[in-house]
Amino acid sequence: MSWDETDMAILRVVQQDATLGAGAVGRAVGLSQPAVWRRLQRLREAGVIAGRRVDLDVEKLGFGVTVFLGVKLATKGRVSLEDFERACMSIPEVQTVQHVLGLYDYRLRVVARDLSDFERVLRRRIMTLPGVGNVEANVLLSEERRPGPI
Amino acid sequence: MHAGNSRVKTPKYTYYTRLLFFNIMKYADFMLDDAGRRLLRYLQSDPEAPVSDIAERAGLQPTTAARRLDRLRAQGVLRGSHAVIDWAALGYAVEVSLRFTLEKTQARAFDEFQAAARNIPEVIAIQTFLGRVDVRLSVIARDMADYQRLYRDSILTLPHIADIEALMHVATLKTSETLPI
Repeated sequence: MSWDETDMAILRVVQQDATLGAGAVGRAVGLSQPAVWRRLQRLREAGVIAGRRVDLDVEKLGFGVTVFLGVKLATKGRVSLEDFERACMSIPEVQTVQHVLGLYDYRLRVVARDLSDFERVLRRRIMTLPGVGNVEANVLLSEERRPGPI
Repeated sequence: MHAGNSRVKTPKYTYYTRLLFFNIMKYADFMLDDAGRRLLRYLQSDPEAPVSDIAERAGLQPTTAARRLDRLRAQGVLRGSHAVIDWAALGYAVEVSLRFTLEKTQARAFDEFQAAARNIPEVIAIQTFLGRVDVRLSVIARDMADYQRLYRDSILTLPHIADIEALMHVATLKTSETLPI
């Protein structure tokens, strides 16, 4: 599948605001509504546009703490990765689970209302995961999403 | 079970408590009621659904739901909706998490580092932390050769780096980023 500059321009627009219709996107990139609609369809079918993300102000909603955890498994081979992953993904406070290579095996993004709430999640849910070993915690202070190479 | 030999680096509580206090004061006037909570919950779980569907699931009239969503937007709680781009589908097969420790003796180290990182198009996220890691960059590349070029020409030339660790992404298993509201 090959993409041209116009596709990239469309991606830049919908990355900013996914609620825009094909007509509005077309006005932004200088293309007709049907042409944009066809391109958006193609981008969706190819999986380039993978969905939508609702951007909520987490702090206003009472989630004052976001922590990234680096998790090292203690007993590789004996505990199945699937068990760990399944248990991890079912924790509501765990937003993201990434399998990584390097210092840690998994990277988790955890939200909590405050530090004592985070401590509860860490003790009751994270530390009791099957096979969990070393855990490193880094509290998120700021986050900036960049448009990327488009 | 394994908790005995586990090690958790605790953040600096006093500093963070102060930050937290400011946040609480800033948002003390905002409260989400049950209907608002239901609306946001369904909107998060299905961001592409039309408002009428979200309203029905939340047990609200479509006009009421639309009005409430407008209010949440005006209050800055609902900040928008963004298309999620799958970089791998666009030909960027490599994703790396680069964790930096900065030379903190330099007063403007964070600002200068962040400003320089913004100029690298392959950086898709910049996060700052309280903990062992100061800054993390999410970086994408077409392949390992492309990554090596990026690492040498753009990343290593960033200012005030004391140490770098790399985590190579194998798979993203969950990435909903929905809040448990």
